[in-house]
Amino acid sequence: MSDIALPAIASPRVRWLRRYGLASFGAAVILAWVLAAIFAPWLTRYDPNFVDVAMRLRPPSAGNWLGTDALGRDVATRVIYGARVSLTVGMVVVLVGALFGTLLGAVAAYARGWAEEGLMRLTDLVFCFPPIILAMAIAAALGIGTVNTVIAMLVVWWPKFARLSRSLVISQRSMEYVEAAQSIGFGPAHILLRQIIPNAVGPLIVLVTLDLGNAILVFAGLSFLGLGTVPPTPEWGSMVGEGRELVQQWWVATFPGLAILTVVMAFNFMGDGFRDWLDPHANRR
Amino acid sequence: MPTGAEPLLPAAPLLQVRDLRTWFLTDSGPVRAVDGVSFDVHAGETLGIVGESGSGKSVCAKSIMRLLDEPARIVGGSILFKGRDLAHLDDEGIRAVRGREIAMVFQDPMTSLNPVLRIARQLIEAMTAHGRFTGPAARRRAIDLLRRMGVASADSAVNSFPHQFSGGMRQRVMLAMGFSNEPSLLIADEPTTALDVTIQAQILDLLRGLNRDLGTAVILISHDLGVIANICSRVLVMYAGEVVEEGAPEDLLTDPRHPYTWALLHAAPRIDAETEDRRLITIEGQPPDPRAWPSGCRFRARCPFAIEKCAEHPELLPVEAGRAARCWVTQEGGSLHTPERARAGGGAGVAAPVDPPAAVPILEVSGLQKHFPLAKETFFARQRVLRAVDGVDLQVLAGETVGLVGESGCGKSTLARLVTRLHEPTAGKIIFAGTDITHASQSTIRPLRRRMQMIFQDPYASLNPRMTIGEILAGPLILHGIAGDAAAARTRVAELLDLVGLPAQSVQRFPYEFSGGQRQRISIARALAVGPDFVVADEPISALDVNIQAQIINLMVDLQERLGLTYLFIAHDLAVVRHVCDRIAVLYLGKIMEVGPAASLFSRPLHPYTRTLISAAPVPDPRVERTRRHVPMKGEPPSALNPPSGCRFRTRCPIAEERCAREEPPLLEAAAGQRVACHFPGRLS
Repeated sequence: MSDIALPAIASPRVRWLRRYGLASFGAAVILAWVLAAIFAPWLTRYDPNFVDVAMRLRPPSAGNWLGTDALGRDVATRVIYGARVSLTVGMVVVLVGALFGTLLGAVAAYARGWAEEGLMRLTDLVFCFPPIILAMAIAAALGIGTVNTVIAMLVVWWPKFARLSRSLVISQRSMEYVEAAQSIGFGPAHILLRQIIPNAVGPLIVLVTLDLGNAILVFAGLSFLGLGTVPPTPEWGSMVGEGRELVQQWWVATFPGLAILTVVMAFNFMGDGFRDWLDPHANRR
Repeated sequence: MPTGAEPLLPAAPLLQVRDLRTWFLTDSGPVRAVDGVSFDVHAGETLGIVGESGSGKSVCAKSIMRLLDEPARIVGGSILFKGRDLAHLDDEGIRAVRGREIAMVFQDPMTSLNPVLRIARQLIEAMTAHGRFTGPAARRRAIDLLRRMGVASADSAVNSFPHQFSGGMRQRVMLAMGFSNEPSLLIADEPTTALDVTIQAQILDLLRGLNRDLGTAVILISHDLGVIANICSRVLVMYAGEVVEEGAPEDLLTDPRHPYTWALLHAAPRIDAETEDRRLITIEGQPPDPRAWPSGCRFRARCPFAIEKCAEHPELLPVEAGRAARCWVTQEGGSLHTPERARAGGGAGVAAPVDPPAAVPILEVSGLQKHFPLAKETFFARQRVLRAVDGVDLQVLAGETVGLVGESGCGKSTLARLVTRLHEPTAGKIIFAGTDITHASQSTIRPLRRRMQMIFQDPYASLNPRMTIGEILAGPLILHGIAGDAAAARTRVAELLDLVGLPAQSVQRFPYEFSGGQRQRISIARALAVGPDFVVADEPISALDVNIQAQIINLMVDLQERLGLTYLFIAHDLAVVRHVCDRIAVLYLGKIMEVGPAASLFSRPLHPYTRTLISAAPVPDPRVERTRRHVPMKGEPPSALNPPSGCRFRTRCPIAEERCAREEPPLLEAAAGQRVACHFPGRLS
């Protein structure tokens, strides 16, 4: 039997890299941004809001690595501080939206009947509008400000989680372990929260991760349009907005734009990695 | 290496498999699924391959068709078919063989047809793909083939989509497709496992006829010795990637020469045998790990006959004319006699003196109905109602085991969920232990759940995958306040695990770490956690291998004796039901057709449906099979949406008369304790 030539099998390390290489790169980028946001004051010697008109629109140099903007503020400092707002807003919107949407969808799916029907029509109603337009309208009605924009985004954010969690709970609720729990005598709250939802979190985690980038992007978009943060708060979207007419001074808009790009891509890589990890049918090499 | 049994046939075999090795080259080393298999198939022969799941029988069939995906690979041996070696043929070469010269029929008829294409197109494409037929001729042939396969009104049926067909009909379509290019070999991989026993008998009849009329050789893979005995002229028994015994079914099934064949044969209860003891003979342990087969005989660790020489790996050697076995014990030509150690339960196996069941009914069901309203097809359409359970009267006495049998869709699982009040009945009455629970709310019924528990069919779906075994078993204890604190719960969980024969360390494991049989033990432990006296078991063994089935049956019988349980045992396997039950109720389309003591029901069935069901169940002994009278069952069960008028069985009944369409027969006592719903009880014998 030993004379049978077996083909070379890729080493576990190579296989792991092939599968999760991009995802771990994404995670590293996110981790770097989170650390930068937390330790911002130690990373730069400038105040993000310190106006020095004499230093306005300087190109990148040894003193200002990424140049200065129209009010002479250091772009590098503002990009680093901007991570605080963007990451916080992204996480708050997605986590609160996911929690609320998931619970609502799960309860509706488990209750069936008019509760389920009503919830689905409500999500349809939200889905009728382009999300960014609806968020703009709500944010404009509430007034400019970070908190108001977050509230506006939450209104358009929860329905997708409600839909996903509903479909996940529907596929779980007919499993025999649910019937077993019923026949033991467990009540609906225990069955839904302790038995069904733990089996449905996988796809929800994937959606949350993929969605974090999206939320950061939408918030940046709203800020770009002048709705998100109130100046002079450093925020990537509004920084891009401030730099949009400065064609000669490319650094003002480019670097916050790159920041958005890296964060969104990193979250997407991470989400894809989670999906592969949680999907038993994924092609395992 | 030639096989031991070299039949005296002049012609060269159609298929010669020699030392076939198909391994799965996984990350954790090669899984040797098929590890040195050799056999011949002659033209027109029917060869059966038996073995439990994981024995390599399906991988063997797929190797012949080269239907293997990475990481599976044929790493050695040859598959000679009409002068070509299929193991080394290029992709184009094997495509010309597949479907054209060797056809395959799979187990699951629900997924093996493409759901978006009409039957006609799938059949015609199967024929035109090999260029043997052109459009119109292929269409005519498709209709002829369907007619030959027994599909009613084939002209119109050919234009249907697969979802409009039942499982049995789809399997007929699959057979039509298999035979469409007149192959010289058909491989059928568990073709009837997903079907009801009456439909199985029809398909097996069809297969036998096709083999006889068209001369197509058949390889039939099955875990069911009865099915094999019914059809095959030669049988291979596989264990741990090897052929362990080969021979004619008459010899192999009456005088097995390999202990594994012996174990398979004894683990399954037989429908034609009366037994005093409900315990079955089982073999210990699990099949070995295919990554590291043991060096000696691979069955040695589980073998009740093992001798010292078994440390050496035996070859498949002839033991008698026309048969071979891979066993040192029978090498000198002796038979296997049931050894003392393997006799069920040893000395304690003598049926414990069970108190005569006190005739106290624990469950009384009368006029029970469950109708499921279905969505309307159009807004103005009439509301359609699925009559899953449609007027059932049943009594279960304390301490007895009542069996509930019937084909799929007869309402037996719904009935189980009604008496445990997972569903609320539409009409009728359920009295459990003197309390009317027909419409009791979940909170009023909760205290009663301590006395009434359920065991589920699918051991893979009935345990929450995210909870440890400890959590699964402690949950009911804490809910019902049985265990006062965490320590008491732990003690009780340990007791429960011991009760069902699982190691105490199982507590911290998750369900996926256990095999199907072990999971079913956990499921039983969970049901017993609250100390019930009435247990509803919904097909508790139908997802398990024969030997594991026997272990679970033995466990349930033991527990009944030790804890004085009452069982409502639901199954579709009549032999199992006959074996474990005191009384049996036969269900058809939501109604009870016949109910009575197990022994008299089987020896003298009074309802034509009971009679046909019993005759459709195969017996693993070709000699008995030949002498049994088979009552063919016409067609398929009608829809529960629109049951026939009068007697529900009349559309398939061989003795139905005009009166049966008019009057519905009541369930009346026709013999001692035996009640029948038929106008002509006992007429069909």
